[in-house]
Amino acid sequence: MSISIEGITKRFGSFQALDNISLEVPDGKLIGLLGPSGSGKTTLLRIIAGLETADSGRILFQGEDVTRLHVRERRVGFVFQHYALFRHMTVAQNVAFGLEVLPAKERPKAAEIRQRVDTLLEMVQLGHLANRYPAQLSGGQKQRIALARALSMKPQILLLDEPFGALDAKVRKDLRRWLRTLHDEFHFTSVFVTHDQEEALELSDQVAVMSAGKIEQVDSPQRLYAEPGSRFVFDFLGHVNVFDGRLEEQVVRQGEAWVRLGEPVTSKELQLYMRSHEVRLQSMSEAHAHLPLRIESVSLVGAEVRLELSPIGWESAEPWEVGITHAQFNNWQPKRGDQCYAVPRVAHVIEEGSGAPRTLRWQAGEMDDPAAMI
Amino acid sequence: MHQRRTMRAGDQPWVKWTLIGLALALTITMLVMPLVIIFTQAFSGGLQTYLGNLTDSYTLHAIGLTLFVAALTVPINLVFGVFLAWLVTRFEFPGRKALITLIDIPFAVSPVVAGLLYLLLYGSNGWLGSWLADRDVQLMFSWPGIVMVTVFVTCPFVARELIPLMQQQGREEEEAGVVLGATGWQLFRRVTLPNIQWALLYGVVLTNARAVGEFGAVSVVSGNIRGETNTLALHVELLYQDYNVVGAFASASLLAGIALITIVVKSFVEWRQARQRAPLDDQSDNR
Repeated sequence: MSISIEGITKRFGSFQALDNISLEVPDGKLIGLLGPSGSGKTTLLRIIAGLETADSGRILFQGEDVTRLHVRERRVGFVFQHYALFRHMTVAQNVAFGLEVLPAKERPKAAEIRQRVDTLLEMVQLGHLANRYPAQLSGGQKQRIALARALSMKPQILLLDEPFGALDAKVRKDLRRWLRTLHDEFHFTSVFVTHDQEEALELSDQVAVMSAGKIEQVDSPQRLYAEPGSRFVFDFLGHVNVFDGRLEEQVVRQGEAWVRLGEPVTSKELQLYMRSHEVRLQSMSEAHAHLPLRIESVSLVGAEVRLELSPIGWESAEPWEVGITHAQFNNWQPKRGDQCYAVPRVAHVIEEGSGAPRTLRWQAGEMDDPAAMI
Repeated sequence: MHQRRTMRAGDQPWVKWTLIGLALALTITMLVMPLVIIFTQAFSGGLQTYLGNLTDSYTLHAIGLTLFVAALTVPINLVFGVFLAWLVTRFEFPGRKALITLIDIPFAVSPVVAGLLYLLLYGSNGWLGSWLADRDVQLMFSWPGIVMVTVFVTCPFVARELIPLMQQQGREEEEAGVVLGATGWQLFRRVTLPNIQWALLYGVVLTNARAVGEFGAVSVVSGNIRGETNTLALHVELLYQDYNVVGAFASASLLAGIALITIVVKSFVEWRQARQRAPLDDQSDNR
């Protein structure tokens, strides 16, 4: 069941929570609403569910206008951030609730309800906890029960509010994978809210990045990362190294550092954005860039070694972060206090007057002095 | 460095024992002794006299009227309290904070003053009372007046118990229920009520205790007509003024008995509430 959001606007007093939001969620897709807190993503989710009413705009399910339809009639599955399990009911009673409150004519027989509940609990692999109370469950278990309860009514739309926000990293990863499988198996349309960019990029078919009540960009995770449409999206998706400077004859300068651009740029005051994998570290500076840095810390956790660097003879608001492979690390053995030079392979520049960043590349011939490589 | 164990106030023995002694002395002189005296005085003429005093027709009527007033007051304030708590914790509207403050007025106003206000408003010379008197409706100096002031005096108990609890529990469970298709009534009966039942009972116990024992406001509006508008609390005073000390204490012992039962029920409810809040560890197994 597809969801169409058309021109939704919502105010809380003087606070503009949502400003003319439009979004299409195609049938069977999993869409992530990503944004910092206060960006309106939860409000939008609640408006889709019917828990909140919009000041203006329409919500359509499969082309049918449900804006005036009561929550009860919308038949969506909703998973709350803090699970909202009924605390005085057992796990089985929680999952059965939706079926129990059906009007007598539609309500399945008691035995059938029990059967359905058992099936759902098996699906979330928690059949053995049927008689426990929510207070006796761990966070991950509560989350799965909340999901089983939301799916008990066989909804065609599943809405999740920060579904993994309160869980620890390991459980989170398992649940994410599991939700993805579930989604592919049952073919519902899902919208979930998160402030975790990694979660959004990993889980979603499409990500809608929100900021201050507006949607900044909607794209597939790959495109969003490769071609961020605005400075906000760029900043929000992962760490970026920034070089701030003045452009003089194709060279951006600040203090002792400089970068020579390969293609013309109109602005005078420039900010070059470089992601941590778009920069290489060398023991000597390169023909097109001179960015001396000092190593502040070395972190060996994860697939790559992350170095935190501070500028020497120039300034940066935030420390730089560059990732190198473990092989490079073993050859080079960098230590705290060592000096090195950053060489951009690719940089992004946001020019005045246009919102979208432009990507600058340096041709392979202009760099790669093998002697200088680490 | 100069090392010294930090001392809390209770660590000094003389402070501790002085406080305990003071508390004990106060409890005995102000609570236990009066209670003992009530019962010794009531039974001072023997069991026969005691029962005779209680089965006196005026006393029986006073007991009946008191129970009747409580039987009306408690349900009224139960429903009113739940509605009020639901209103202020589940909805946002202008004046919500003011309403929460207004709930406390019956606690802040002296019951006698409350009684006088009702007399001024609903008495046969009062603003509304004179209009009602023209239509042969008499509220003051009869049982409706007693019920009205008792309802007023006891109305904060239930709401006061429920509001903090319902605020703390939030509305998420109810939202979860409505998304799953529950109607308003199903939501109340299956989700809200089980969550607030012990607080509700607590409020009811307090309401009942106060409704039975209320003196000040009732004495203003009842007119103290023996066998007609005399409640148990008023009856105690009447008997005492008649120099029937033993009779007065016999009636008072009933009120004291109700108070004792109230305390037992209240402790039980408090114990249940504490259990409900704590995780049910005793039931978890180690799978």
